[in-house]
Amino acid sequence: MFNEFTIGRRALLGGAAGTAAFGLAATANAQKPMVVGFIYVGPRDDYGYNQAHAEAAAILKKMPGVKIVEEEKVPETVAVEKSMESMINLDGATLIFPTSFGYFDPHMLKMAAKFPKVQFRHCGGLWTEGKHPVNTGSYFGYIDEAQYLSGIVAGSTTKSGKLGFVAAKPIPQVLRNINAFTLGAQSVNPKITTQAIFTGDWALPVKEAEATNSMVAQGVDVVTCHVDSPKVVIETAERAGIFTCGYHCNQAKLAPKGYLTGAEWNWERIYVDMVEAMKKGQAPGNFVRGGLKEGYVRSSAYGPAVSAAAREKTDAAKAAILSGSLSIYKGALKDNKGNTVIPAGASYVITEPKLEGMNYLVEGVIGATS
Amino acid sequence: MDDTSLGIWGVPLAMLAGAIRVSTPFIFVSIGECLTERSGRINLGLEGTLVMGAMSAYGVALMSGSPWLGVLVAAMVGLLLGALHAGICQLPRVNDIATGIGLMLFGTGLAFFLGKPFIQPKAPNLGAIDLGWWSSIPQVRQALQVNYLFVIGIILAFALAWALKNTRWGLIVRLAGESVDAALAIGASVNRVRLIATSIGGAFAGIGGAFLSLYYPGSWNEGLSSGQGLMAVALVIFARWDPVRCLWASLLFGAAGAISPALQSVGITQGYYLFSAAPYVLTLALMIATCSPERSLRGAPGELGAVK
Repeated sequence: MFNEFTIGRRALLGGAAGTAAFGLAATANAQKPMVVGFIYVGPRDDYGYNQAHAEAAAILKKMPGVKIVEEEKVPETVAVEKSMESMINLDGATLIFPTSFGYFDPHMLKMAAKFPKVQFRHCGGLWTEGKHPVNTGSYFGYIDEAQYLSGIVAGSTTKSGKLGFVAAKPIPQVLRNINAFTLGAQSVNPKITTQAIFTGDWALPVKEAEATNSMVAQGVDVVTCHVDSPKVVIETAERAGIFTCGYHCNQAKLAPKGYLTGAEWNWERIYVDMVEAMKKGQAPGNFVRGGLKEGYVRSSAYGPAVSAAAREKTDAAKAAILSGSLSIYKGALKDNKGNTVIPAGASYVITEPKLEGMNYLVEGVIGATS
Repeated sequence: MDDTSLGIWGVPLAMLAGAIRVSTPFIFVSIGECLTERSGRINLGLEGTLVMGAMSAYGVALMSGSPWLGVLVAAMVGLLLGALHAGICQLPRVNDIATGIGLMLFGTGLAFFLGKPFIQPKAPNLGAIDLGWWSSIPQVRQALQVNYLFVIGIILAFALAWALKNTRWGLIVRLAGESVDAALAIGASVNRVRLIATSIGGAFAGIGGAFLSLYYPGSWNEGLSSGQGLMAVALVIFARWDPVRCLWASLLFGAAGAISPALQSVGITQGYYLFSAAPYVLTLALMIATCSPERSLRGAPGELGAVK
């Protein structure tokens, strides 16, 4: 909670040596390795969002002629501008990945205007042609496809017919995950319900544990989550003896008995593509989106508790998503207040822009968006 | 399908369970702070001590394989941080509030720095006593999983209340807090009394931190405390510097914190942001209800205050 008070090493160095190093960076030429900067909002090893990015960065490190500079726990304030500036001036970074949502506007846009030769690619921001600088861009994965698969596994495993979802805030990305998870489970048994509990923020370990426990008390027997670090939810559920589906990255190690599967990011696909484009002298894509098919998201390997029937069902659904014959969001779909949100006969592809503004929970989810 | 559900009865049960699970760090920190403040000094650094305790307990439990050794080390670390605070405050013209804030930032920063390698690995946890063996309802059994530290915290609260009231040692602590002149008159060293009281208070806060990382939620990460140490310091004022009332206040706070997830889990889903704020609303409401222009801050030690 005191992030504002810490002054990064980079920020200090940047202030002291920024001017001196600018000349050095300018003389760097093609023989020098290409420098790629990663900025994370939290610790790199949080078993969650930041770790998913850091794992992909570690894979980039192995590419020849690529040097990675990383900085973690950078708040979404003017501090991130200082981080970017010192990565560019001191380390000579030519491609920067600010991975947290709040870095995009205004911080990254400001830096992009200041350093037009450096490429900036942001995770999750809505890049618009003409509105945002050409040396910026955004990328994201449709992880709700993987959540749908987790839902099928959860729906096949539950005995009580009650699933649980510990969520941080009711924003569209989170609601998409809750809904996809529920729809996946309902494809197995339409009577299954998902209990959603919103904790109110991205990292509140005690509340997350409390939410998990109160769902266990209500008879929920499979739980998943969308918070920054799923570690607490997964461990609490394992201790209570119920099943879990992971999120962000693989948490099988935390719950050897109860871990079923999980929705994981696979950022290295995007990062490797972008770095290779840069090496060829091209600019990386400005608006990159993809799901299971593009390999931007994936499911964790099945845990020991997943039955053969469940595996078969999930693999079939995955094949159908890959071939494009299965749409997760199709009519007639009602929200949990009884309103029709997708009319009968309509079926949305995963890239549908209407889905990016999702503000409802589907029928069968117990919870409210406000 | 519904035989596992208690419906609306789940809410009071969940609040009871929440009180038992969540309140322990509040109990330890507030009792420790209560002792320190009764000796006439404020230690706002207990948030930092709590986080340091959590980190060191987790680290030691991980490396030694023994969670109780972790608790012991957390208490030692708390003792040292408390002694540091007391030592600095003994110097002339040092303000204990400013020192406390400094130590809070120092403690959290040092814990984050040293705790880096402990975020990933899994340390052994403290066990629980199963007090729900008589019940066939799984929810009741789950609610009555009581940790040893919770029991120790309750005993400590009553023991401290008794000791402050009935022993010579308690009298000297209270005297140091009420009137330095009177303490000097009976030949007690005020600085030494405060050093001991602040150190023990720090040790209690360290144990509270060990509970966070070793039992509930039971892992070390940087968002673990999220201000619980600060709230516990505020609870002492709320509890009017009485250890037993600190215990009730901590339990109340734990129960109020469980309202939001409990209500959401039985399907009362509207307004959870408001319910999440319940502990703070409750504190404010009770503070307003119990304050009065005639007898404000009854029970406050006479030597305690920002302005001296």
